[in-house]
Amino acid sequence: MKRYQSLSEVKSDLSAGKISCESLTNYYLENIEKKKHLNVYHEVYTEEALQKAKEVDAKLKQGKAGRLAGMVIGIKDVLCHKGHGLQASSKILDGFVSQFTASAVQRLMDEDAIIIGRQNCDEFAMGSSNENSAFGPVLNDIDNTRVPGGSSGGSAVAVQADTCLASLGSDTGGSVRQPASFCGTIGLKPTYSRISRYGLVAYASSFDTIGIFARSIEDTALLLEIMSGADEYDSTVSTLPVPAFSKLPELNKKLSICYLEEGISSEGVNEEVREKTRATIDWLRAQGHDVKPVTFSYLDYILPTYYILTTAEASSNLSRFDGVKYGYRSPNAHSLETLYKRTRSEGFGIEVQKRIMLGTFVLSASYYDAYYTKAQKVRRLIKEETDRILSEYDFILLPTATTTAFKLGQHAGDELSMYLADLFTVQANLVGIPAMSIPNGTDKQGLPIGLQIMTKSFGEAAMLSFADYLLRQQ
Amino acid sequence: MLAAPRIEHKAHAIYAWLAAIAGTGAQHLPIEFLELTILVYLWAMKIDEATIHKIAHLARLEFDEKGAALMTQKVSQILEWMDKLNEVNTDNVQPLIHMSEEVNVFRDDTAFNGITHQEALHNAPKKDSDYFRVPKFLG
Repeated sequence: MKRYQSLSEVKSDLSAGKISCESLTNYYLENIEKKKHLNVYHEVYTEEALQKAKEVDAKLKQGKAGRLAGMVIGIKDVLCHKGHGLQASSKILDGFVSQFTASAVQRLMDEDAIIIGRQNCDEFAMGSSNENSAFGPVLNDIDNTRVPGGSSGGSAVAVQADTCLASLGSDTGGSVRQPASFCGTIGLKPTYSRISRYGLVAYASSFDTIGIFARSIEDTALLLEIMSGADEYDSTVSTLPVPAFSKLPELNKKLSICYLEEGISSEGVNEEVREKTRATIDWLRAQGHDVKPVTFSYLDYILPTYYILTTAEASSNLSRFDGVKYGYRSPNAHSLETLYKRTRSEGFGIEVQKRIMLGTFVLSASYYDAYYTKAQKVRRLIKEETDRILSEYDFILLPTATTTAFKLGQHAGDELSMYLADLFTVQANLVGIPAMSIPNGTDKQGLPIGLQIMTKSFGEAAMLSFADYLLRQQ
Repeated sequence: MLAAPRIEHKAHAIYAWLAAIAGTGAQHLPIEFLELTILVYLWAMKIDEATIHKIAHLARLEFDEKGAALMTQKVSQILEWMDKLNEVNTDNVQPLIHMSEEVNVFRDDTAFNGITHQEALHNAPKKDSDYFRVPKFLG
C-alpha cells in the first residue's frame, strides 16, 4: 500500500474501491509491528481499530460516514479515552484507565476517525527529547541514534514512520512543533483556548494546548476545524465561532512578514538551519513580499519566564497524584504522610520531581514575588511586544529549533542545554498565539529542518494558507 | 549566547584564580585553599539542603542524602539561571494572570452524574465497596 499524504488521497482510493478502511488499518498495524523498535506505542488497539474500520466501511457504503472516514489517528498518552489506559508515560499512573473521553478525541471519533493507539511521550509532557519517559525513549525513524524531539516524540515519529496518517499531541512550550521539526512532519499549536482541554492531562494550564501532527496542510486544517470551539466541559475554551479552516482562504495579496533576526544570526543556531531559513526568506522576497528583520528584546528572558511559570503551575497540577484515588501506591508506607511522599518519590521520574520542587519553591511565601509574580510581569511584557510586532506584520518567521535532531543522551545531565532546544517555540505559548512548524528541507545528513510560523491569536486560517503556499514552492 | 553559568564552573574558576594568585598549579595549593573553594561553592548555591528538605515536605516528596545533594545542585543551578529576570525592569507592569479571553462563562447549575460510583473507585489502588482506603491517620 502506498504512503498516503492526506485524507483526500485516502478518500479517493476508498471511493475507487482500491482500498477499504479495514485494509488501510491493517497496513498501519503491520507498519506498527515493523517499526516496533522505535518504541512509539504504549498500546495498540488492534481489535478495536479493525472493528471500527469495518463499521466505517459499512457507513461509507450507506453514504453516512463522518468527515474523518478513512483517517487513522494515534493519540499522545496525555489524552483521556474512556475505557483505555492513560499514564502520561509515568509510573505514577500505573494501571490507570480513563473514565471519560477528552472532548477533542470525542469529536474525532464522532466524525469516524479510527484511533489506532496510545503514543509514548516525555513523562507528563516534560521534556524536549522523549528521553524522560518511564517507558524508555522513542527513536527517530530517520536515524535511530537520534531523538525525535519532545515531548510529543512518539506522536511525531508515528506520522514520520507511517504508522498512522495523523497524531494528536500536546504543546505547552513547543512539544508539538519541535518534534515535528525533528521528524519532518507538519506540527500545529493552535491559539491558547481554541481547543477544549477537557480530558488533557494538565501540565501548565495557562500554556497547555492540544496540537496536531499531519503530513498535509489540508489534514491539519480539517482536524483543527473539527476539534476547535466551545465545549461545556472547559470554561476557558474560546466561544468564538470556528472558521472553516479546511477551506483554506486564498493568499492573493502581498504579505508583510518579519523574521526574528536572532533566529538567523545567533551563534547557537546551526549553520544549515540558518541557511535554509535564509533561503526561504530570500524566496519570499523574490516573490515580492515585504520581508523585514525584527529584533525581540526579551529573547533571553523567554526561557526563564517559561520555566518559572510552568514549574509553578505543574507543582499545583501534579499535587493530585498522591496514591489515593488512582495509579501507583507505594507499598512502603504506613502513615498517610509517608504514603503521599513515598508514592510520589517512587512514582515520579527525576525531571518531574525537579520541576515540582522548582515550582513549589517559586510559589513558597518568601519567594513568590521575587520569582512567580516577577515572571508574570515579564510575561506581560513579552506578550505586549509580540502583539506589537504582529500588529505590523502578518507573520513572524524563525527556525522551529536551533538544531536538527540531536543524539540520544547528548544533553544527559545538563538540563539547561536541553531547555535551549525550546528557545524559539516557547514564545508562542507565553503569548497564547498560534504557531506551526513546517518542513524546510534537510541538512547534509538528511535530517529534517523545520520552519516556524507564528501569527496573531485566532489567525490560524491565514497561517495555514501561508504554510500551504510555502510548502507548494518546495 | 544564552549559556547558563554552571556552579561547578564557578568553583573551578575560583580555584584556578587562587592558584594563579599563589603562583602555582592547582595541585600544589595547600588543603585550606581547597576547603575555602568548597565553602565558596556552597555559598554560591542558591539554596542549601535544609531548604531542599523543607520544599520537599511542602511538595510531599522525599529525598535520601544523595538525592537531596543532587536536587540542591540542580535546583540551585536553575534558580540562578531564572535570576536573569531581575535584569528586566517591571516597575508599573501588572502581572499577566489569565490567558483566555473568556470571562464569566456561566451555565445552569444542573446536577448530573458524570461518572458512576463504580467508575470513580475503579482506579483506586486500595478500596472497599464504597470508599478509597488510606492508612489510619486519626488517633
